[in-house]
Amino acid sequence: MAKERVAVVGIGQTKHQATRGDVSVAGLVREAASRALADAQMTWTDVDAVVVGKAPDFFEGVMMPELLLADALGATGKPLFRVHTAGSVGGSTALVASQLVQAGIHQRVLAVAFEKQSESEAMWALSLPIPFTPPLHAGAGGYFAPHIRSYIRRSGAPDHIGTMVALKDRQNGCLNPYAHLHEPDISFESIQESMMLWDPIRYAETCPSSDGACAVVLGAESVADAAAAEGRPPAWIQGTAMRSEPTLSAERDTVLPLGGALCAADVYRQAGITDPRRDIDCVEMYVPFSWFEPMWLENLGFAAPGEGWKMVEDGVTALDGDLPVNMSGGVLCTNPIGASGMLRFGEAAMQVRGGAGEHQVDGARRAVGHAYGGGSQFFAMWVVGAEKP
Amino acid sequence: MRDVAVISVAQTPARRRVEEVNEVEMLMPAVHGALGQVDMTIDDIGFTCSGSTDYLAGVGFSFVSTLDAVGPWPPIQESHVEMDGAWAFYEAWVKLQLGEIDTALVYSYAKSSPGDLPMVLTRQLDPITVGPLWPDSISLAALQARALLEAGKVTEEQMAEVAARSRRAALDNPNAQLAWDRPASELLTEEHLVAPLRRSDCPPITDGAAAMVLAAADAARERVDRPAWIRGIDHRIEPIHLGHRDLTVSASARLAGEKAGVADGPVDVAELHAPFTHQELILRDALGLADDTVVNPSGGALAANPMMTAGLIRIGEVATRISAGTAARGVAHATSGPCLQQNLVCVLEGEG
Repeated sequence: MAKERVAVVGIGQTKHQATRGDVSVAGLVREAASRALADAQMTWTDVDAVVVGKAPDFFEGVMMPELLLADALGATGKPLFRVHTAGSVGGSTALVASQLVQAGIHQRVLAVAFEKQSESEAMWALSLPIPFTPPLHAGAGGYFAPHIRSYIRRSGAPDHIGTMVALKDRQNGCLNPYAHLHEPDISFESIQESMMLWDPIRYAETCPSSDGACAVVLGAESVADAAAAEGRPPAWIQGTAMRSEPTLSAERDTVLPLGGALCAADVYRQAGITDPRRDIDCVEMYVPFSWFEPMWLENLGFAAPGEGWKMVEDGVTALDGDLPVNMSGGVLCTNPIGASGMLRFGEAAMQVRGGAGEHQVDGARRAVGHAYGGGSQFFAMWVVGAEKP
Repeated sequence: MRDVAVISVAQTPARRRVEEVNEVEMLMPAVHGALGQVDMTIDDIGFTCSGSTDYLAGVGFSFVSTLDAVGPWPPIQESHVEMDGAWAFYEAWVKLQLGEIDTALVYSYAKSSPGDLPMVLTRQLDPITVGPLWPDSISLAALQARALLEAGKVTEEQMAEVAARSRRAALDNPNAQLAWDRPASELLTEEHLVAPLRRSDCPPITDGAAAMVLAAADAARERVDRPAWIRGIDHRIEPIHLGHRDLTVSASARLAGEKAGVADGPVDVAELHAPFTHQELILRDALGLADDTVVNPSGGALAANPMMTAGLIRIGEVATRISAGTAARGVAHATSGPCLQQNLVCVLEGEG
């Protein structure tokens, strides 16, 4: 049986910041969802089903908070679904929601992802106390620093690559009014002089801890066609994929994870992409520490293994480059963990709809959204385009 | 919709406390049991989906350790819901509808024993207005039972009959935790635990796990003689605040039942996820079950109530009876949230 076509017809996000003390968790998700519905020119009653995603419930101290949020998200009498796939969850949530349309079950689905990290201490929440296992790291940076060190050794990348990515993303973030970090005075030197947190990751090369939410409205073909007819271009979903692999497995390569490569190959096949570097106009990928940009460029097939850092050095991934990456400023500027994946997916959709404002890539017709989570083991991707698949 | 069936079901024996193994080790016999019944391994599975909650495990990302033990190498297509496994089952059914894969593994598990479950569940409530009062899950259910009694919709005698019938049925269920044969009249002489609920009106606290394999169309027919076909499935939610709902009915269960097509044929067997006796009576009414429908032949959640899993087990109990040929058409129900806030209904049938 054929899958139904599905498109993004509305996108909304909150203003992200370290502490959104002005709103409750319910207020935060409602802010993003209201904006997505307004963008789609819909109201709460138009929505058939709601899919909620976030990372661990301990971050806010509410168990299965979608139960609490059903009311704020207008889900009374509707199906409400909750996804949790670690850091990739924002992406997975959009994919689970899109499947409800692809399967022909619903016509209009609201997907919402959030994290309100000011309610707790995310760094220690991510330092998992696994029973009977000695604690080996403090925060996600402590976990990923050895992966980056390994990448630098294998690729021979010079030290300044991580700094260049951080500078680019922070400068892009200044163009995004919703971004958490706006640092117009940041410079190559100020990043290099910032404190070394987890060698080789400096303070200015790591993501912030944010409060924020993102929402997308997914519509069936008839819904998207109607939006297009009214001059609101949909972002057609041309491919979706998820892959998972173990945390602890001797076969794994955490620098170039097989799961990430298979996930990318799957979405490209669905979208008819044979040369991703040529066929894709821009990419939003999940880069919580600057060095992950060259690593993911290789994992997602934009560069050969060991060559990704050269794209960074040559300015290919800059906003005015040949393959812009993280036009929004990315995770390095904004990281409400549960929402971070959906923010990537949403930015990709905004680009192909031509609605990304000052961080719009001219003529973007096809874009990739990417998210990862756990110990580089959970992957979610979509390819969106201006053309109906 | 594409024909999708349950082709194998496995669960661990429900126990008050599983102390000698961790959650991962507790789950593995269920996963390997479900796969083994149909001579499959994880390599034969197109999509894997699980349900669990970090709040009971006491650690963030608890499902990650479990997935490691399932063996996702080479990398697999997989997802996780922070919900009862019945919703993981729903996601797997949706995934199978897309026509790209033919098989799915669903599992869920929880250990409630390390904490004080009724207190832990208060963390689901509004953290500003309700949570600080620590209203435990039994007290909230008692409010619902009181509303039913005062509305004249049920009697304490009817509730005691549910308690007695469920535990008597559980005598035939080797996986049950609480099974006995005592008349309802005797139960009514018990003191109230939280009035109007007696201890016999309440579920046990359980550690346990379950798993099942789903397959589409021919992939199901070639593996088992009598697949349990999913003929309808739907889920609906209501606001969490008790003051926003009429607690004496379940509008969301009624709607999910209508969408799933419960009324489209006779119901031989129904497994209802009703942790408290009065909730079975609400659900029977909401789903419009006839008097001759056999309800909870397994003993239901009153005989074993592993969190995140008791809903998935209801689907398994109905599927097992259909595959065994003792029922032709059945209804399975799962619930989540305080006082039946969220409900899922699945209609299963045998061939033709």
